[in-house]
Amino acid sequence: MRQDNFERNKQMKIIDCPINGPRPLQEFHYGGEVRDMPDTATSTDEGWADYIFNRNGEPGIKREWWYHIASGTWFIAERDNCTDKFLRTYLYTAERRDE
Amino acid sequence: MSKRLPPRDGEWIDRDQPVQFQFEGKSYEGFSGDMLSSALWANGVRLLGRSFKYHRPRGIYSLANHDVNLMVEDGSRTNMRGDMLPIEPGLNVRSVNTSGGLESDRLRIMEWFSKFLPVGFYYKAFHTPRRLFPFYENQMRKVAGLGKINAANELTVSPKDYAFCDVLVVGAGLSGLAAAISAAEQGLQVLLVDEQPRPGGSLAWGCASEPESGQLLEGLLEQVDGLDNVQLRCGTQAAGCYGDHWVALVDDQRLTKLRARSIVIAAGCFEQPAVFGNNDLPGVMLGSAAQRLIQLYAVKPCDRAVVLAANSDAYHAALDLHEAGVDVAAIVDLRPEGESAEIVQRIADAGIPIHNGHTIYEAVPGSGKKSVRQAVICRVDDQGISETGSKNHIDCDGIVMSVGWAPNVGLAYQAGVRFRYDNNVEQFLPAKLPAGVFVTGRANGVFDLEARIDDGYRVGLAAAAHLGKYDDEIPEPIVHDGPPPSHSFPILTRSKKKNFVDLDEDLHLADFANAHQEGYDNIELMKRFTTVGMGPSQGKLSNMNAVRILAKLNGASIDDTGTTTSRPFYQPVPLQHLAGRRFHPRRRTPINNWHVQADAEMVYAGAWLRPEFYRVDGKSRDECLFAEAASVRANVGMIDVGTLGKIQVNGPDAVRFLEHIYTGRFKKQAVGRVRYGLACDETGVIIEDGVVARIADDRFYVTATSSGVAAFYRDLQRWAMIFAMDVTLVNVTGQLAAMNIAGPKSRDVLRELTSVELEPEAFPYLGVREGTVADVPAVLMRVGFVGELGYEIHVPASQGLHVWNAVMQAGESVGIQPFGVEAQRLLRLEKGHLIVSQDTDALTNPYEADVAWAIGKNKPFFVGARSLQIAWQKELTRQLVGLKFDAKNRGPLPEECHLIIAEGQMVGRITSIAKRSTLGHPIAMAFVRPDLAEPGTRIHVRVDDGNMVPAHVTTMPFYDPDNTRQE
Repeated sequence: MRQDNFERNKQMKIIDCPINGPRPLQEFHYGGEVRDMPDTATSTDEGWADYIFNRNGEPGIKREWWYHIASGTWFIAERDNCTDKFLRTYLYTAERRDE
Repeated sequence: MSKRLPPRDGEWIDRDQPVQFQFEGKSYEGFSGDMLSSALWANGVRLLGRSFKYHRPRGIYSLANHDVNLMVEDGSRTNMRGDMLPIEPGLNVRSVNTSGGLESDRLRIMEWFSKFLPVGFYYKAFHTPRRLFPFYENQMRKVAGLGKINAANELTVSPKDYAFCDVLVVGAGLSGLAAAISAAEQGLQVLLVDEQPRPGGSLAWGCASEPESGQLLEGLLEQVDGLDNVQLRCGTQAAGCYGDHWVALVDDQRLTKLRARSIVIAAGCFEQPAVFGNNDLPGVMLGSAAQRLIQLYAVKPCDRAVVLAANSDAYHAALDLHEAGVDVAAIVDLRPEGESAEIVQRIADAGIPIHNGHTIYEAVPGSGKKSVRQAVICRVDDQGISETGSKNHIDCDGIVMSVGWAPNVGLAYQAGVRFRYDNNVEQFLPAKLPAGVFVTGRANGVFDLEARIDDGYRVGLAAAAHLGKYDDEIPEPIVHDGPPPSHSFPILTRSKKKNFVDLDEDLHLADFANAHQEGYDNIELMKRFTTVGMGPSQGKLSNMNAVRILAKLNGASIDDTGTTTSRPFYQPVPLQHLAGRRFHPRRRTPINNWHVQADAEMVYAGAWLRPEFYRVDGKSRDECLFAEAASVRANVGMIDVGTLGKIQVNGPDAVRFLEHIYTGRFKKQAVGRVRYGLACDETGVIIEDGVVARIADDRFYVTATSSGVAAFYRDLQRWAMIFAMDVTLVNVTGQLAAMNIAGPKSRDVLRELTSVELEPEAFPYLGVREGTVADVPAVLMRVGFVGELGYEIHVPASQGLHVWNAVMQAGESVGIQPFGVEAQRLLRLEKGHLIVSQDTDALTNPYEADVAWAIGKNKPFFVGARSLQIAWQKELTRQLVGLKFDAKNRGPLPEECHLIIAEGQMVGRITSIAKRSTLGHPIAMAFVRPDLAEPGTRIHVRVDDGNMVPAHVTTMPFYDPDNTRQE
């Protein structure tokens, strides 16, 4: 029997901000999938264009940027885009880039 | 009230409160607690409404809030369903969708044409010729459709409410009450809602001949009463379920936005009709409708009834009818084996004959098809087909059918519950439940009284376990024992009369066969082609039969046939409840009141209110703004630029960070200097520009566009994390007021007010100084956006008005003039300065916009650098240029976005235009094809009336090309 997952409503969700706790979706801004920038010195034009323009929409667990607007907090959320469940949220930590 | 029964226990009407009301211009009397439908039926009125397409007479069918048969309007409200509209003194309503009144609706001739109006007819017949469609549409609107909207209605605002609970229980029947009690006993806050005006669910009307079940209900209600943590809200529908258990609750007053931690759906079942000839006549109704009439409203459904049965509910209905004084002429049971319980003996005791293995072939109408005269019954053969040879006529004025149920689980679908078809109960049952969502009672395939209570307790505990309030054992789910409560295919006749499947949309059996023959063999396609389930009741009485019909036509199982999607809302919701308050935040600068008092025309720039221009008596808008601009060029003017984005960038990595963000270089920028900052995104598209002022070695102050700063600041924050740089970013946009005093005399005006040395040697163009203005700490920057000597003054917001006033006062003697956004736009255009997102779009790179000079040479990295490196190697497709129009041009001039045309092709567009400039001729900025970008090239712009206006490409800036004025 056909069961349509995609029809389910994605609004009114609650997101657990690592700083502010659970808050309604309206307080957040989506910042896209977390993707590592290729080394601009060595990447080919094709490799760079792929990074810039192509997005992977396949079902699975995505690491995404989310921003709590009121407090100005960026964080990472792991979200199953099949069930639209937020599995985990945490603050971003980056290695310092050597130049 | 000729059909009113004697008083009975549990009735919902108050006989001490008679109510006078009007329907179709006639006066009637009912009791408080009556619905419009029940009150009319009590008065012997059988014709309640006309159907959607054929305008056939219709009466009570379900009486369960999905009768589309009686829809009324009162002049301000429309499409109110009579089965849920309480009567009140003064109620004066008419049936919708008639021409010339309900009784003699002229549109009833529609049925004569029905042979020529097969399903899909409108799609096929009315799409050509196209020019006639407005006529067709207008005619169709008059014939088909529902009530009329009164456009003169006053806007009424309904309140919005917010609520929170641990467990929402939808449906206050047996299982819902039990679930609420068991969850509440575990210490949870429970909200129990029911769309009916009183609790009880099917027990409220289904217990007329079973007094002990009435006591059961009273017991449960007493228990609920005794629990402080259960709140019961009747007359409230759970209209839709959204993400993370956000549920829209709708009552007659308001929308309540509920956030539940867990949801129990105990909404019961919709009784489903059987399909036979003329099964829509007034007098044909569901068993539950007859029982509701008897028990809730004490109204006799008919005088002599034939009961069509396929489950034990029909036998209870027959007993209720008998007990209410209705002469039950026969029970016609679709099942060859009939009913096996002790109830058959009670039927026999009542003297009611039973015809097992029979069906009602068709109903014979009374005059005008406004009533039932006879039921034609016949045997059903072992293939489930009616044997027309065995027809038998039974006189009756009512046909009461109880052949099956469909679960009321739209909300469960929306919450993510998956269903499968279960042959044990012949209905859809939940197969997979998402965490925190539970289905119980008849919606869960549990039908016996005791079992429904047990099942309710079970899910109450399960909800408590889900919320961590219960860790003991949870009973196993209950499986239905006995014959299925629903018939697997209650569509047994081949009557030549119309066999209705969907009463909302006037669809009959033949329509489905036709649609299938045309290839619509998928449930979603069939729904769209036939419009089944698309009426006001959203298929509550038709979807299940439609699925059964399609499954049979396809020779497929019900599971393989599937169902259509259940979307919000559960019942029609007045838009008034959904309409928001049109709330838009508005931002005002600290100097706003001064502008208003100076008679400024205020405009929105994003959320900000800004002066467009300052009105002067006797002058037009264009004259006013031109005078403001001229004053800046010749004398001195001041503009409020407090809306500018303002960001502090501090810290040891500030320089490195800015070099990563902006295209330019900042390493060698001296303290006290200002540079232009151009920012791109990773694709090399311009997203922001502004100035970058170095206040100290590790302290920068940058400005950004008014509308772009929020997104820009957000980006900066993220990049600072990704680059792992030691910088502190503060968005001080709202904390600082800012104003720009510009014009040849600006230095003279400011000199007396500031501690900062203003002479050009001490404070040159593109300098930044800290000091005071009018005794207020200020940052002063010399920037040239409008192309004159000028100072941007940034002060704490609280002091903004004070400083503004001081400057205006100091400038009074030389005639300082405030100027608005429009004058500034003209001045900057003359100076050839682009406005990001006005003169650039979502694809514009710095090469196209002619700002490549702002890109630092040999920078190893900045955001967008790699993309620009690629773009640099490609040929440009367009270039931003200046256009000069002939001063003698008297025709209409182009507007922004008008196209530049060459050889019939679009070769560019205007991005900014000034129809009058201080240069004496109109000027514009435009994108053009690169081969047309050479100064002197003649181009043509197509204006609104189709005329071509010539212009010449020219170099920018138009004004003061050597930049002598701003130095």
